[in-house]
Amino acid sequence: MASGYDRALSVFSPDGHVFQVEYAGEAVKRGTCAVGVKGKDVVVLGCEKRSAMKLQDTRITPSKIGLIDTHVCLAFAGLNADARILVDKARLEAQSHRLNLEDPVTIDYITKYVAGVQQRYTQSGGVRPFGISTLIVGFDKGSDVPRLYQTEPSGIYSAWKANAIGRSSKTVREFLERNYKEDMDREATVRLAIKSLLEVVQTGAKNIEIAIMAPGKPLALLPVEDIENYVKNIEQEKQEEAAKKKTGRTPGTGTAAILTKPQSDTEQ
Amino acid sequence: MYDAPTMEVLLGITGKDFTLIAASKAAMRGATVLKASDDKTRALNKHTLMAFSGEAGDTVQFAEYIQANAQLYSMRNEADLSPSALANFVRGELASSLRSRKPYHVNLLLGGVDPITHKSRLYWLDYLAALAPVPYAAHGYAQYYCLSILDKHHHPDISLGQGIKLLNLCTDELKRRLPIDFKGMVVKAVTKDGIIDIEFDDDKVVHAA
Repeated sequence: MASGYDRALSVFSPDGHVFQVEYAGEAVKRGTCAVGVKGKDVVVLGCEKRSAMKLQDTRITPSKIGLIDTHVCLAFAGLNADARILVDKARLEAQSHRLNLEDPVTIDYITKYVAGVQQRYTQSGGVRPFGISTLIVGFDKGSDVPRLYQTEPSGIYSAWKANAIGRSSKTVREFLERNYKEDMDREATVRLAIKSLLEVVQTGAKNIEIAIMAPGKPLALLPVEDIENYVKNIEQEKQEEAAKKKTGRTPGTGTAAILTKPQSDTEQ
Repeated sequence: MYDAPTMEVLLGITGKDFTLIAASKAAMRGATVLKASDDKTRALNKHTLMAFSGEAGDTVQFAEYIQANAQLYSMRNEADLSPSALANFVRGELASSLRSRKPYHVNLLLGGVDPITHKSRLYWLDYLAALAPVPYAAHGYAQYYCLSILDKHHHPDISLGQGIKLLNLCTDELKRRLPIDFKGMVVKAVTKDGIIDIEFDDDKVVHAA
C-alpha cells in the first residue's frame, strides 16, 4: 500500500532538515548572480547575463529582470523556468489587487505574496520547491522611499539596503558591505551595483544588465553603451588605485631620506 | 431582452490621427441625478479608451474587469493589445456573459489609435455582444439626434479641432432635444502619444426652437 512514492517529497529528515528546500537553495547558488542596491531616492537591480551563443537572438531572449507591475520590479537567481511561473503569479496578483482594492500593490505586500507562494511549495505533496531566490524592488504608491526585498525558496523574505543572490553572492554581498554608503544618488547607486557585479562577472559590460527604478517613473533599462562607460571608468579607477598601492609611500616628504633603491619599486 | 434607450450619452468620433470619446457627466437613478461629475470612461492601456453606459452596478464592474485584464496582458507580454484586439476580447466577454445566468447589461464605445499603424479606431458594442467598427458612434437616445449630424459633417481626415467642433454640434442638439439635463460631457482624445483630457464648455445654454 504505502510504497513511499505517494509521500510528500518535502519531509523532515531526522535532524530537522527539509532536504528538498535545501537542494533548491543549491539551485539558486548555481544561478547567475543578481544584485539590488538602494540609493536615496532610487533603487537599482543588476544582473549577470549568461553569455549568448553565436546564433542566439539576444534581443528576444527573456531577461532575468521583469516587471511585476508598473512600479514593482523583480530579478531572480536560479531556475529560469521556475521563475516564469512565479513571476506570472505575482503579475496576476498585482492586477487582481488593483481591481479589488483600487490601489496598486505595496512592495511589502507583493513580496509577502511571492514568499507565500514559495512557502506553499515546500509543504504540500506532489510538488517541488521553486529553485529561485528573488530580489523585489520598487516604490509604494505616492512614496519616495526605495524598497528592496529578498525571497528564498523556503519562503523566507527579508528587507535589505543592498544584497546579492545567486552564484558567488557571498563575495558580492561582502563587497557591498564594505562599499555601501547611505543616501547615494542615482549615479553612485548604479556605479556600486555595476562595481559589485564586476567582482564576479569576468566578461564585463556585455554580460551585465542594469535596471533602474525611480518614484513615479517607468522602469529604465540602462543601455549597453552606458554600462560600458561605467565599466571602463571603474576599471581605470582600479588600475590607478593598484598603481598607487605599488608605489607605496610617496618619497621625498620632508626629511632627506636615504634613497637606497630610488626607482626599483615601480619597475618591479 | 429588448431594452429601451437610455438618457446616458456616449459619443465617439474618429479623425485623421485621433479618436474622440465623450460621455455625459450625469449619474442617474430613475428621475434623480445623483452626481454631476461622473466619468464613464476607463483607460485600457496607453492608447485605448472605453466609455460605458447601462445598468448601474454592471457598468463599472465590467469596465474595470476588462481594464484589469488589458493591463495584465500588457505586463505579461511587455506589449499592449491593439484597439481591435481589445474590442474583440470585450465582445467575447460580453457574448459569454450574455449566455450566463445573470448577463452584464453594458453598452460600450471603445476607441483608440493602433500602436503600430497609428490609425484611429472606434468600435461600437452593445450588451447583446454586437460589435461594429465605425467612423463615429453614439449610444442611447443620443443616437437619434447625433448620427444624422455626424452623417452630414463627418470626414475621415478631420483634425482634432474639427472633431471637437463636431462634438459641439452634437451636444448642442442634445441640449436642445433631450428632456433632461445630462450635466455636460467628459471629453477625452486618444492620440498616438496617449490619452488626453479635453477642456469642454458645458455651460453654453441652447434653447429649443
